[in-house]
Parts: sequence; C-alpha cells; structure tokens
Amino acid sequence: MQVENEKRPKGCMDEILLILVLLLVVCGLIFLFSTSAYNGRVKFHDPAYYFKKQLFATALGMMGMYVISNIDYHIFVRLAPFLYLVSLGLSLAVLLFGDEYNGSRRWLSLGPLSFQPSEFAKVAVILFLTFILTGSKKKQQGLLQMAGTMLLLLPVVGLVGTNNLSTAVIILGIGVLLIFISNPGYLPFVGIGVLGVVFIGIFLGMASYRLERIAIWRNPEAYEKGFQTIQGLYAIGSGGIFGKGLGNSLQKLGFVPEAQNDMIFSIICEETGLTGAILVIGIFGLLIWRLMVIAVHAKDLEGALLAGGIMGHMALQVILNIAVVTNTIPNTGITLPFISYGGTSVLFLLGEMGLALSVSR
Amino acid sequence: MKKNRTYHKKKTVIVFLGCALLLIGLMGRMVYLMVIRSDYYAKKAEELHQRERDIKAARGRILDAKGEILADNKAVCTVSVIHSQIKEPEKIIAMLQKELGITEETARKRVEKVSAIERVKTNVEKAIGDKIRAYGFAGVKVDEDFKRYYPYNELASKVLGFTGGDNQGIIGLEVYYDKVLKGIDGKILTTTDARGVEITELGEGRVDPVPGYDLQISLDKNIQMYAQQAALKVMEEKQADAVSILFMNPQNGEIYADVNVPEFNLNEPFTLNTGADPEGMTAQERQNACNQMWRNLTINDTYEPGSTFKIITMAAGLSEGVVSKEDQFSCPGFKIVEDRRIHCHKRAGHGAESFVQGAMNSCNPVFIEVGLRLGVDNYYKYFKKFGLLKKTGIDLPGEAATIMHKKSNIGQVELATISFGQSFQITPIQLATTVSAIINGGNRVTPHFGVRVTDQEGNLIKTFKYPVEKGVVTEQISAEVREILEKVVSEGSGKNAFIEGRTIGGKTATSQTLPRSAHKYISSFLGFTPTDSPQILGICLIHDPQGIYYGGTIAAPVIRDIYENILPYMGIAG
Repeated sequence: MQVENEKRPKGCMDEILLILVLLLVVCGLIFLFSTSAYNGRVKFHDPAYYFKKQLFATALGMMGMYVISNIDYHIFVRLAPFLYLVSLGLSLAVLLFGDEYNGSRRWLSLGPLSFQPSEFAKVAVILFLTFILTGSKKKQQGLLQMAGTMLLLLPVVGLVGTNNLSTAVIILGIGVLLIFISNPGYLPFVGIGVLGVVFIGIFLGMASYRLERIAIWRNPEAYEKGFQTIQGLYAIGSGGIFGKGLGNSLQKLGFVPEAQNDMIFSIICEETGLTGAILVIGIFGLLIWRLMVIAVHAKDLEGALLAGGIMGHMALQVILNIAVVTNTIPNTGITLPFISYGGTSVLFLLGEMGLALSVSR
Repeated sequence: MKKNRTYHKKKTVIVFLGCALLLIGLMGRMVYLMVIRSDYYAKKAEELHQRERDIKAARGRILDAKGEILADNKAVCTVSVIHSQIKEPEKIIAMLQKELGITEETARKRVEKVSAIERVKTNVEKAIGDKIRAYGFAGVKVDEDFKRYYPYNELASKVLGFTGGDNQGIIGLEVYYDKVLKGIDGKILTTTDARGVEITELGEGRVDPVPGYDLQISLDKNIQMYAQQAALKVMEEKQADAVSILFMNPQNGEIYADVNVPEFNLNEPFTLNTGADPEGMTAQERQNACNQMWRNLTINDTYEPGSTFKIITMAAGLSEGVVSKEDQFSCPGFKIVEDRRIHCHKRAGHGAESFVQGAMNSCNPVFIEVGLRLGVDNYYKYFKKFGLLKKTGIDLPGEAATIMHKKSNIGQVELATISFGQSFQITPIQLATTVSAIINGGNRVTPHFGVRVTDQEGNLIKTFKYPVEKGVVTEQISAEVREILEKVVSEGSGKNAFIEGRTIGGKTATSQTLPRSAHKYISSFLGFTPTDSPQILGICLIHDPQGIYYGGTIAAPVIRDIYENILPYMGIAG
C-alpha cells in the first residue's frame, strides 16, 4: 500500500472520509426507516417515530462533526483527563439514577432527551489513552507500563461493564489496540493475546448463563433464547443474492425483535440481498481504510493514535455486530455504527468522525 | 509533541489489515448464509410467515351394488370472524345473533376476542351461509365446507360407519377405506406478521383440494333394507336384545347385507339408540355407551356357535372317513364321555338313526361320537385347515379373533363339546365364511364389502382382489355336506326355512350364552340356496329372545321370509 506517497494540501480535510460518512449516514437513515416503520406503527402509531428521533440526533451529530473538525484536536487531547472523569461520573450516575429498558440500565434522562453514557465513554477512552500514551516520558514502554495504562481503564470498564458488557469489551479492545500501536514491540502482545483467551475462558466459565449463550450459539434452533439469532438468520437467508427489495422484509414485521436495533443488518440482508450486504460491509471497509490512511499520515503521534483509536472502535463494532447477526460468534448486544437505532451512538460516532477529520487537516 | 514514527504507522497498517481480513471472512460467511443456506432459511421463514387455512377435500361417496348412494356429502358453511378486519362490531353481533340463533353473549365473545381468526359456528346450512355472506360485513368469513351425510340414516350403520369433524372415518368402512375416500385437503395460504395479522398486499396462495374416490360395495340397499325390517320385526316379536342378519355370496365372499338391529342413526352417531338419557352419564359412561352401540355383532363379537357348528364336525368327519352318511348310531338321550354325562337336547333320545338322520335331528351324541372318532389331533387339524384359527380378513375394522382351547388342553370332554359347537367362541362372520368354504367346493373366500374404486365421474380406478384358499375340502365332501344340509331343511330341524320349489340347505342352533345360570340364549339359523351351487348364504342370530328360543322355530322362518322376497329380486332360481 503506497500510503506514504500520497500528497494532500495542508488544512484541507479528508473528503473521501467525509463522503463515506455521509453515504453511511444517508443509507443508515433509509434502512432505519424501512426497518423501524412496523415497530413504530405498532408501538407508537407512527411509522416515522424512530426515524424522526434518529434524524434529530443525526442532524445534531452533523453539526457537532462540523464544529469538531474545525477545532484543533490537541485541545481535546489536553481536555481528555477531564472528559474521562466526566464519563466516569456519568457511568456512575446511570448506575444510580438510570432508566431501565429491556432489563438494562443504560440511559440517563434529561427532560425529553435520553442519553447513553457508555457511548460517550468510548470517545473519552480514546482521547484519554491518547493523552496517557503520548504524555509518558520514556520512549520504550515495558510490560509494567502497559499494565499500568490498562489499569487506568479499569474504573470505566467496571462501571460500564456492570450493565453493558459488550461496550466494556469494546473499550478494552480499543485500549489493547492503542497500546499495540504505540508500542514498538510485538512479542508482549502475543502474551497478552494468550492471557486474553485464558481470561475469557475463566470469565465464561464463572457464570453458567454465559455458557448457555455458547450452547445457543452452536445450535440456536434448539433453544428458546436462540429466537433472536434464528430470526436474524431467517431474514439473512431469505434475502438471497438480490434481496426482496427495500421495504419488503417480512422478518421486520415483529419476527426479529426490535429489528431496528442490533439486528438491523439482518433486515438489510433480507431487503437488499447479498449484493447490498457486501456493499455495506465494503463501505465500512473503506471507512476503516480511510481512517488508517489518516492515522498513517497524521503529523504527530496524538493524531495517529486518535485516528487509530477511532479506526479500532469502528472496526470492532462493525465486525462484532455482523459476526453476531450472522451467528458467527455468540450473541451480544452491539450496534451497527450509523445504521442501528440509537441517538447517542450516532451523535458520538459523528463526533469521532469530526475528530478524525480534524486530524486529517 | 511526539512523532508519528514508522513503527506506529506499520502497526496501524497491521491493525487495519487484521480488520480487513476479518471483514473479508464475514463476507464469506454472508455468501455461505445467503447463497448456500439461503433456501433452507428462506423456507423456514416462509413457514413462519404463512398461515394456512385448510379447504376440506370432498370425501368420496359410498355406493351400493346397484350404484345407490349410501354415504354422501352435504355442503355446509363455517362462519368465522377476523378481529383485526372488523369495522362494525355491533352490527355483526346483531347479525350473527339473528342468523345463527346464538345468544348475544356468545356472539359478543367471539367478535370481541382478540385473535387472528375466531370460529363462530360450524356446520351452518349453506343457505344461511350464503345469506351471511350477502351482508358483506368486513371481517366476517364464510368458508364452504362439507359434512358427511347418510341418506338412509340407520341403514347398515354398523357397516358404513361415520366420520368425525375432521373428515376422518371413526368406525366401519369409513375407517377401513379412509385412505381411498379421504382425498387431499387443499390450502389457502396467507402471509402474516408476527401478530398473525394478514398482509393483504401479498394476496392469497391456493392449493386446490383433491376429492376422494368413490367406493362401490357389494352391499345391496334393497336386501339390506328388507333384512333390516325382518330383523326389527323378529326383535320386537321375541323382545330380543339384538338381531343380526348377514347375507353373503359363498362363491366369492361378497356381502349383500349385514344387519345388526338396533342400528343407530349415522347422521346422529352420538345419540344413543337405547333412548337412555345421556344427561345423567359421565363422559366416560357416555363414550362406553356409544362404543357399545357402534359394535357390529357379526364381526366385533364372538359367541358359541352351537349346533350350526355341527356342519364343521360333519365336514371333518366325512373328509377323514371316520363316518359316512349311512353309518348307524343310537341315541339314548345322552352320551357319557369319561366321567361326564352329556345330554342330547332331546332328553328321551332319538333312538336308532343314520348319520344323515342324526344331522337332521341335530343329535348331540351322534356328533360327539364323530368328534371322538376323529380324535383331538385330527379335529384340531381340520379346525385349523378350515381356517377357524385365523381371522377372515373382512374389510371392516375390529374383527374379533376365535377364542379356542389350546390343543394341549383339549381332553375328551372338551373334544365332545367342541363337536357340537360349545366351549369355544367364533364370530358369526367366521362361521359364515367357514361354511361357505365347505359348501362351495372347498374354497375359503375372504368375506368383503369393497368391490371397486372409481373417481367422481365413475371412471374405474381400482378393482379389489381378495385372497382365496383352495382345497379346504374336496368337491365330493362339499356335495355330501350340501346334500345332508338340504335334508335338514326339507325334512329335519330346519324345516321352518323350507320354501316350496327351492332347494335350501341349512342348520339351526340354539346356543346358551355365558354364564349358563342366566339362561340366556342366542337362537340362530344358517341357510344357503340353491344346494347344487349355492349363490347366497344367510345367517340370522337372535340375541336373548323371550319365550320360545329354539333356532329352528324362531330364526329359520326369518331367513325363509327374506329368501322368499329377495331370491326373485336377485334372479336366483332353484
């Protein structure tokens, strides 16, 4: 890949990334409207209920992205410790005063608006790690320092993980990726990888309901709790190569529960077929590639780590979501960036894109 | 400010490549799910989305030997309401109340119930169904349906049987030929969302039903009807519990009539024919009473055949050569076997008599003697050879098996009683079939009703073939038995069955039922005609007659009376 040779005038943001983001946002809104219309009609007597809320958040996010892209990202990096503390506070607040929805306490209400602190925590962690990793004096980082850096993440991982294990896993993943990028070594990471596997094994073994998830994953049709997974597979499978056409999904009619959330990709598959599914994955691939290009071309380590962290965040969420929907890995609640329903998510994702655009200048 | 070093860039690229690899892997997974597994999941999803409503297939008719319809279908309607489509609930409730004669409460319950489709009433007359459809209310569905209908109500009820609500045979020929008659139900397929609400834009799919085939049986409505009248008459005269009359063709096993009075109304198969009040019964008692009412006594129940079974002893004795027509016997009114004194029905004794005379007198000591001459081994051999140990294979469900001693348990006393038809049990159809084989020249035919299967236009689909076992007795023995049995009717105990100008062979019987202390009898007569080549064989059984209970006195005239009327109709001479 000849990324080193690309020349761009300074001060001009990365247009390709912007175009990709806009494309995803527009496609996301269309898919969301198509998918959520039935649930909106059934639950709120308004087919556009979810769409309107998402549109509002997207508009807000677009403005945010524009503003952030025009601000020097070093300011955010300097603010990182403060932002990290705020995110800790919010995560604690949600545990104490949060709204429960579908059995999880993840939302903070502020009048008519509700807010999911875990989405903010992911951005805060990217900024905070960039701050820590660029702030350390020593050039070479040993295992101890790495462990220390990870320890700094533990409070937020613990707080978020109480209610939202999947997001905690993504935060940990972002942490590992950023430390990997910032560290010249390779060997320690093999060790970390092995440790990670052992840790996951113990973690799964500790609670039987997690082992049950594995059993469901292996044979979803045999378990009642495999319902969501199997409905997603029915949707994906019935899409075929060209799909049933936009708006023609049958599985979104209450068969896939809350189709506009985590499982939205299965409805995209049903309506647009393999063609649409590959295209969507392709666009995400290009977005991740563009974020990599920005990271590689960043003029300092702050920028590189910021863009790298955002890339990692985006990649982890896309890969995990699609892997879950296709029952490649056991079920865990991870949303598909820009497409799944969720105002906070789209707001902060657009904010992250603003940061990346700022780095690209 | 730290520099973005080469190793940082290198590692970023590695992370990207790792991610790209995973994404490509997921694309592969998509191809697997959406191309290779697509059909499987699509089919599963379709099953999930489609709601089926069955369209009943018209059940095949049952026709008698002359083509008269014995079981038919009547168009009826099922009225249902679809909650989500109802626009004027109050008007619909009022309409249902008026047209279906149901209470407002019931109508309201159906209309207001939140369900995909709620059945209001089934088996509604077609005229009423059409009327309801003409109202044109949204959310009211009138589906056409068939109901089994038996034009002759009670006629041959225990032969034809009836069907249940799901168009499935419950007893009789309706069960035995269910596969032939049933046809294949059609389907109306609609697509619904997860709550069961139909998605009207997608329309309805339809799989048309395939009607069942018609079954033609050997039973003749006119013979059956005449026999039924005769049976009812004698049942009333003798205040009997039940009367069974069976006519069959001894040459090929076709059954012309199988009457078991009291019959029951096939159009009301759950209404007891005894007039008992079902209100006071538990569900179990009611079911038992129905099961009892549905029994076909000629097939589902066994009895001690009594003297009619002497035909078998006769055929065995003549075949084995241990007795001939001219052999002389002497009857003192009893015979001592081992330490038992077994009485003849004539206590004074028949005195000196030939074997033929013994048969005409239905003399027990004569047949005990023949049985003893045969011995256990030979008797058992013929019992088996004549086919008495296996079922006849008649095409009705629930044929009862013979209840017979184990060969090792048969002593001289048992052998003596078997010889005149006691101490074991067979079904009337078994007796008729076995005697048929003895008198038709030795061919044990399979008694049956089913003759052929046709489609609704009358095109032949299948003609049934039934097994025949040849050589049960020789032609010569068969002729001798016919000759003796003709004498029984013309000059002996069966003389009440004699018709001037016809040759009728037969045998009477009076069997006591168990327990003996109850003093209940089954009077019976078995008769066939013409004796040189029998075309019809009939058997009449009168269960627990009051007053005179001798088969020769009360059962033989029944067969004679029927023969007098049906033989000209059937064109049987001699």
